[in-house]
Amino acid sequence: MTRSGGPASAPASGPILAARNVLFRHQGATVPLFDGLNLDVQPGEFMVIIGPNGSGKTTLLKLLSGVHAPQGGEVILKTRPIRAIPPRERARSVAVVFQEARILFDFTVLEVALMGRAPHLGAWRLERTSDFESARAALREMDLTAQENAHLEELSSGERQRALIARALAQEPRVLLMDEPTAFLDLKHRLQIHEILVRLNRDRGLTVVTTSHDLNLAGRYGSRLVLLDRGRLAADGPPADVLTPALIMQVYETEARIVRDSESGVPYVVPIAPAR
Amino acid sequence: MPPLTGRRLAVSIGALLLALLLSVAICASIGSSRYTLLDLVRLSVDEETARAMILRVRLPRILMAALAGAALGASGAVFQAVLRNPLADPYILGVSGGAALGAFAATALGLSAIAPILPVRETAAFLGAIATVAILFLLSSARGRPVSHPMLLIGVIMNTVYLALILLIETVVEFSRLHGVRLWMIGTIPIEDYGLIAALSVVLFLGVVGLALHGRDLNLMSAGEEAARSLGVTVERTRVVTVVLASLITAAVVSVAGPIGFVGLIVPHAARLLFGPDHRLLVPASAVIGAIFLIAADTVSRSVMAPTEIPVGVVTALCGGPFFLWLYRRRAGGGYFQ
Repeated sequence: MTRSGGPASAPASGPILAARNVLFRHQGATVPLFDGLNLDVQPGEFMVIIGPNGSGKTTLLKLLSGVHAPQGGEVILKTRPIRAIPPRERARSVAVVFQEARILFDFTVLEVALMGRAPHLGAWRLERTSDFESARAALREMDLTAQENAHLEELSSGERQRALIARALAQEPRVLLMDEPTAFLDLKHRLQIHEILVRLNRDRGLTVVTTSHDLNLAGRYGSRLVLLDRGRLAADGPPADVLTPALIMQVYETEARIVRDSESGVPYVVPIAPAR
Repeated sequence: MPPLTGRRLAVSIGALLLALLLSVAICASIGSSRYTLLDLVRLSVDEETARAMILRVRLPRILMAALAGAALGASGAVFQAVLRNPLADPYILGVSGGAALGAFAATALGLSAIAPILPVRETAAFLGAIATVAILFLLSSARGRPVSHPMLLIGVIMNTVYLALILLIETVVEFSRLHGVRLWMIGTIPIEDYGLIAALSVVLFLGVVGLALHGRDLNLMSAGEEAARSLGVTVERTRVVTVVLASLITAAVVSVAGPIGFVGLIVPHAARLLFGPDHRLLVPASAVIGAIFLIAADTVSRSVMAPTEIPVGVVTALCGGPFFLWLYRRRAGGGYFQ
């Protein structure tokens, strides 16, 4: 399944997530990373944020998720500033899978998926039958039903990543944010995780935002690419408009050729040499 | 381990409480004088002596050991989750040491005499514990987030400083008022009156229940601070509430029994093996297992060389030290320190 071109569904009701004039400075940094950043995420899109190391991909994802607070401007979820929404309510709309997702202690796969139900439960309540049902449904969707009693440590990296996606799905969110979803995975699992994300995006209408270092995966699966250059939006649009030799030279300081797959028309980046 | 349900929670805690009752009964029948619980019901010549021995000497001591073990077990489980460090324990981190310094200073400087009705000693212990936690958080955090690795090192330093301060006070202040300091410093279960035991029970019960109610948030915090945030946990509030409650119950028992080591390290690991990592069950389970463990350790300490007693802290340290090293070796390769 490959896609390119504009948003999958026309934005009928405005952006689902929007960064408005966001100012963000890391603690101890002299220059802000983002200064007046604006970005709209439309419902139903599959947005991939790309950019070199230190360009702010992960920080942007954390700002969009409401986990980090900007020092100026705001992030809007549908109509409300995301930081003004009570955390549990926010967690029912926005799910995040972070990169460093090591879980202390030996929780089972099912227990990890059940963690996604926390924002739906009353304070201090145990999970009900319906929560077990939605956690198991998420595991089924991630093809982890047979492993539900396995400990997370016993899983392969691909399975572990799927377990964390299952936790996010159990949240029943409108938006799924994922930081480098396949950074540590081999080729097969990279494709597998991305096929899953595309399926969730297409079949469930789940809005997906990921960050990626892999320009070719981004170009193949993203419906919209956002190219960050030291906290600035260098380009924003369909893959064919963002993956160009000029932009790659400008942002990645790398000479590259773009070829198109004859069957799908997807643009592929062939890096040639670092700029001197 | 099946996931937690109301039924599993109730059955597990019920079974644990039965085991606790059983160990109280067994240990009440063990001691340097050979009276057993049966002597209470059997109409023997010695009935009066047996009653006095068991009800006035052994039972209060067993109950005190149970309370101390419960507090240290539960707070160990909580510190391990909040600090994201499976080697954390109120003793190793210096929290018990801080409480000990507070309690000792209050006694040595005669503060308790100023207002005998108020729990001055306990309050001083609590302040010492909380100050230690604050220092741990301040010194071991990178960009405002606690990092587990230097925490143990800071704990070692704090413990050394606290011990030095206690010895300094001991040297300066007249010794007669401070009889038994050395024994108390390694942890000894005293025989207290039932009034104090009842008051401590209430504090500990509320503390453990309060901590168990934060169990789900502690589970989510085991998945990482940012993951917990994204799942709706107000991390700062949870951290403050749980650390204050854990320090409170630790200080309450340290001010009576001294800083007993390693209970908070061993017990949560045993509880996790038996009942899984879900903190809604793990916290109360660690409390009850801690109680059973310390009752057993104290029974060993008062009977193994009877009539000479060894401090219970000696027994727990002799179990806990090797356990720590074993755990460190096992877990160092297992990813806990990445």
